[in-house]
Amino acid sequence: MGILDSKVPSGPLAEKWTQHKNDINLVSPANKRNIDIIVVGTGLAGASAAATLAELGYNVKTFCYQDSPRRAHSIAAQGGINAAKNYQGDGDSPYRLFYDTIKGGDYRSREANVYRLAEESVNIIDQCVAQGVPFAREYGGLLDNRSFGGVLVSRTFYAKGQTGQQLLLGAYAAMNRQINRGKIKSYNRHEMLDLVLVDGKARGIIARNLVTGEIERHGAHAVVLASGGYGNVFFLSTNAMGSNVTAAWRAHRRGAFFANPCFTQIHPTCIPVSGDHQSKLTLMSESLRNDGRIWVPKKLEDAQAIREGKLKPTQLAEEDRDYYLERRYPAFGNLVPRDVASRAAKERCDAGYGVNKTGEAVYLDFASAIQRYGKEKALTSGIKDPDAATITRLGEEVIAAKYGNLFQMYEKIVDENPYKTPMMIYPAVHYTMGGLWVDYNLQTTIPGCYSAGEANFSDHGANRLGASALMQGLADGYFVLPYTIGDYLSNDIRTGPIDTNSEAFDKAEADVRTRMEQLVNNKGTKSVDYFHKKLGKIMWDKCGMSRNEAGLKEAIAEIAKLREEFYTDVLIPGGMDEMNQELEKAGRVADFLELGELFAKDALHRNESCGGHFREEYQTPEGEALRDDKNFTYVAAWEYKGEPKDAVLHKEELTYENIELKTRSYK
Amino acid sequence: MKLLLKIWRQKDASSPGKMVDYPIDGIEGDMSFLEMLDVLNMQLIEKGDEPVVFDHDCREGICGSCSLMINGEPHGPDRLITTCQLHMRKFKDGDTIVIEPFRATAFPVIKDLMVDRSAFDRIQQAGGYISVNTSGNTVDANAIPIEKEAADDSFNAATCIGCGACVAACKNASAMLFTSAKVSQFALLPQGRVEATERVQNMVRQMDLEGFGNCTNTGACEVECPKGISLENIARMNREYLMATAKG
Ligand SMILES: Cc1cc2nc3c(=O)[nH]c(=O)nc-3n(C[C@H](O)[C@H](O)[C@H](O)COP(=O)(O)OP(=O)(O)OC[C@H]3O[C@@H](n4cnc5c(N)ncnc54)[C@H](O)[C@@H]3O)c2cc1C
Ligand code: SF4
Ligand code: FES
Repeated sequence: MGILDSKVPSGPLAEKWTQHKNDINLVSPANKRNIDIIVVGTGLAGASAAATLAELGYNVKTFCYQDSPRRAHSIAAQGGINAAKNYQGDGDSPYRLFYDTIKGGDYRSREANVYRLAEESVNIIDQCVAQGVPFAREYGGLLDNRSFGGVLVSRTFYAKGQTGQQLLLGAYAAMNRQINRGKIKSYNRHEMLDLVLVDGKARGIIARNLVTGEIERHGAHAVVLASGGYGNVFFLSTNAMGSNVTAAWRAHRRGAFFANPCFTQIHPTCIPVSGDHQSKLTLMSESLRNDGRIWVPKKLEDAQAIREGKLKPTQLAEEDRDYYLERRYPAFGNLVPRDVASRAAKERCDAGYGVNKTGEAVYLDFASAIQRYGKEKALTSGIKDPDAATITRLGEEVIAAKYGNLFQMYEKIVDENPYKTPMMIYPAVHYTMGGLWVDYNLQTTIPGCYSAGEANFSDHGANRLGASALMQGLADGYFVLPYTIGDYLSNDIRTGPIDTNSEAFDKAEADVRTRMEQLVNNKGTKSVDYFHKKLGKIMWDKCGMSRNEAGLKEAIAEIAKLREEFYTDVLIPGGMDEMNQELEKAGRVADFLELGELFAKDALHRNESCGGHFREEYQTPEGEALRDDKNFTYVAAWEYKGEPKDAVLHKEELTYENIELKTRSYK
Repeated sequence: MKLLLKIWRQKDASSPGKMVDYPIDGIEGDMSFLEMLDVLNMQLIEKGDEPVVFDHDCREGICGSCSLMINGEPHGPDRLITTCQLHMRKFKDGDTIVIEPFRATAFPVIKDLMVDRSAFDRIQQAGGYISVNTSGNTVDANAIPIEKEAADDSFNAATCIGCGACVAACKNASAMLFTSAKVSQFALLPQGRVEATERVQNMVRQMDLEGFGNCTNTGACEVECPKGISLENIARMNREYLMATAKG
C-alpha cells in the first residue's frame, strides 16, 4: 500500500485493539525516564496525553499559546460527551456507537479506529468520575444522560452546558499532578512554529516565547500535535480567537500528509452574525435540540413582516409555522445530524423564510418544552390544577436547570429573553473533521510525529456527531497514544538526549526567523485582520455549506491572489523580540492562506456530496446529499509540494467489512 | 456612539505605565466590549501605532482569559459576565471609559492590559487534583453514587474560570475565592475526601507563598465573580483548613 499504510491490525473488529495492545513493544520504566516527549496543545487531547505519558514515566514538555493549559478551546465545549455505557438500558452498546459514528460520518471514516473509540468511550466516563469531574446526576445519585443528534439512544453525559470545561479541568488537574511531580514542564504563552526532523524522524520543535519574543529549540524523541481544529480559516467560527492550523501546517510542510481538508462541520445552532464588527460566533449547544423546536413561518409574507419588526414570532399561530425538520425528517425530527440540519436551515433562508434583519436566521423555540416540563413538574410536586402562570414558571425552572448558562449567554449577546421569545439561530463553522493524516497508531506520515484530537482526521469521516469530539480527544490522549507511542519509542531507548545544536535545528530556526523577519519588515498598508476577513468571506461564500465547481475554481484563484497581496501589503507594527499579538496573528493567517487553497482544491476534486461536503452538482431530486461510493470511498491525503496547487493526492481506500454502505437516511 | 477611552499603556513588566486617552466614534450597541477594542486597534494599526495588548481567546465567557478593569470594576458594570460578554449597549454616547489591567502584586503586568496569572496555576499544582492514575483501571462510574445536591454544589464550585476578578476586586488582593472553589469541588465528593487534608494545606500554603493577601470577609469577590462562585466556598475551605490543622 505504499506510504499510506493505515497499519490497522488484522483479526475481528472487536478484538483488534486488545490484540494490538498485546502485540506492541513496551518500554521499561527505567528507560522511560530517559525519553522525552513534546506535546503541543493542552486541550482535551494534549492534556490527557501529557498527563498519562508523564504518569507512565516519560519526561513531557507541553506547549500552549494561552497563559494557562486550562484555557485551551476544549474549555468551551458545551453539550456533552458520548459513551456507550447503556446506563439508560435503551439498547446502547459499543457496536451501536460505532455504527452511529460511521453512518453519521457518511461512511468516510476508518472502521477499526471508530470501533476502538466506541470501545474506549466507557473507560472515559469511569476515569473522569474517579478524577472528580462533576457530571450531572439524577436524584438517585447516578449519572444522567441526554440525547444528541443522529442517534436514537441517550448516551450523552454532561455537566450542564459546561461539559468541556469540566472535562478539561479534569485533564488539567491530572497534568498539574504531574507538574508537581516534576514529570511535566509546561510552556505556556509559547507557540510552536516549526517541526524539526533529524534523519527523517520528528525530533523536536521550534517555539516562540510569546512574552519575550525569544525563539527556542526543544528536542524530544517524539512529538505529539494536539493543536485543535482549523475552523478559523473561515475567520468567523465558534472557535477561539487564537485557534489556528499553524502547528499542523508546519508539520504538513515538513512532510505530514493533510487529510480531507474540505470536511468541515457547519453547526446548525449558532447565534447569527449581527454586523461587520463581528469577531467570532457563539454556539448554542446541540443539546438544546432535545427540547427546542426549529421553525420558520409557513408564509413568505409572515416572514417578511417578522423581518420588518411588524410581527412577533409569538403572535404566529401554530398552523402558520413550518417545523421543517419535523416535516422533512419525521424519524429524527429536530435531532437530525448537524450537516442535515444546517443545509435545511440554509434552504429555508435562501427561499426567503429567514426571520432576522439579514434574513439569515431561523427559530429555536422552547415554548412547548416549557409547557410540557411545567405540567410534569406540577404533577410531581403535587400541585393540583395549576394555572398557566404556574406551569410556565415551573417549566422555565426546569429549562433553566438544564440550559441556564446557554440562555444567559444568548440573552447577553442578543439582548432578548429566550424564555419568552424563541431564539434566533443560524449555521456557523464549528469543527473540522479533516486534519493531519494518521495511521491506526495516530502517527502521521512523519515517523515520531503523532497527532491527536481535532488536529487529526481520524474518526469522524465527513461529518461528526455531537458529543463525539470530547470523546475522541480523551480516548486519544488517555487510552490510545500512551500505548502506541511506547511501541515506537521502544526503538529509542539507546538514543540518548536529543541535541538541539544540530544542523537540523539550526536550519529550522533560521527558517522561522526569516519568515518572521519578512512579516515584520514588510510595512505594507493593511492589517492582518483585513486579509483574514477577506479569506473568510471567500471560504464562506464558495467553500461553505454548499459548493460547486465554478465557485471552487474561483476560490482557488482568489485565495492564491490574496496570499500574494498579503505578502506584499501586510502591516505589522512592532518588532519580533517582544510581545507582538499582530505578528502572532500574521503567522497564523499566512498558514490559513495556504490551507484555504488546499481546502478548495480538495473540495473540487471530491465529485460527490457526503456529510458536511455538499456539492450542488451531486444531489438527489429531494435535495439530499448524493454520495459516490464507487469512486470516492477513500481518504484524500495531500502531500505538500510547495504551492498548494502542486499538492499531490494520496488515497487511503476505506474498506467496510462490518458495515454495509447505505444511503444515509434520517427520514 | 462616541466615547472617550482612557487606557493603561505599559511597554513591558519593567517599564512604567501611564493612562492614555483615545477618543473613538462609530461604536454600536451590538458590539461586544472587546470588539470595540478591536475597532480601536484596527485604527491604531492602520496609523502604524502599536495596538493595545489584552488577553482574550474564547470570547464567550468560559476560558477565563479576558481580564479588564472597566471603570474600576473587574469585567465592567454588568453582573455575572466576563469582559468578553459585556456589550456596548451598557454604555451611552459621550461616556468616558477607564480601562486598566487586573491589579495585584501576584499578577504582574506583562504589557498594557495583560497580566501574569501563573500564580493561579501554581496553586492548582500544589494540590488541585485527585491522585488517581489516568491510564484506566478505575471502577465503574455508577459504582460511586453521589447525592444530587452534593454533586450540584461541587459542580457550581467547579465552574470557576480562573479569571482573577476576585483578586482584582479585593482590597487585600486575596485569592481565597479562587482557591476555595477547587478545595470545595473535591471536598464535596467522596472521591476527593481521601486527600482532603493534604490538599487544603498545600493549596493554602502555595496561595500565601504567591503573595496574595488575607481574606477580611468584605465579599467584593463574590459580587464581581462572573461565575457566581459563592462565599460559602470560603467558609467551607476555612472549615477544611481548621480540621486539617487540628489533625496536625
Ligand atoms: C463552542 C464549542 C462547543 C463544543 N461542544 C462540544 C460538545 O458539546 N461535545 C463535543 O464532543 N465536542 C464539542 N466541541 C468540539 C470539541 O470541543 C473540540 O473538538 C475539542 O475540544 C478539541 O480538543 P483538542 O484537544 O483537539 O484541541 P483544543 O482544545 O482546541 O486545544 C488546542 C491546544 O493547542 C494549542 N495550540 C494550538 N496551536 C498551537 C501552536 N501553534 N503552538 C502551541 N500550542 C498551540 C492551544 O493552546 C491549545 O492548548 C465544541 C467545540 C466548540 C468550539
Ligand atoms: S472565583 Fe470567580 S472571579 Fe475568581 S477566578 Fe474563579 S471565576 Fe474568576
Ligand atoms: S475571552 Fe474567554 S472568558 Fe473572555
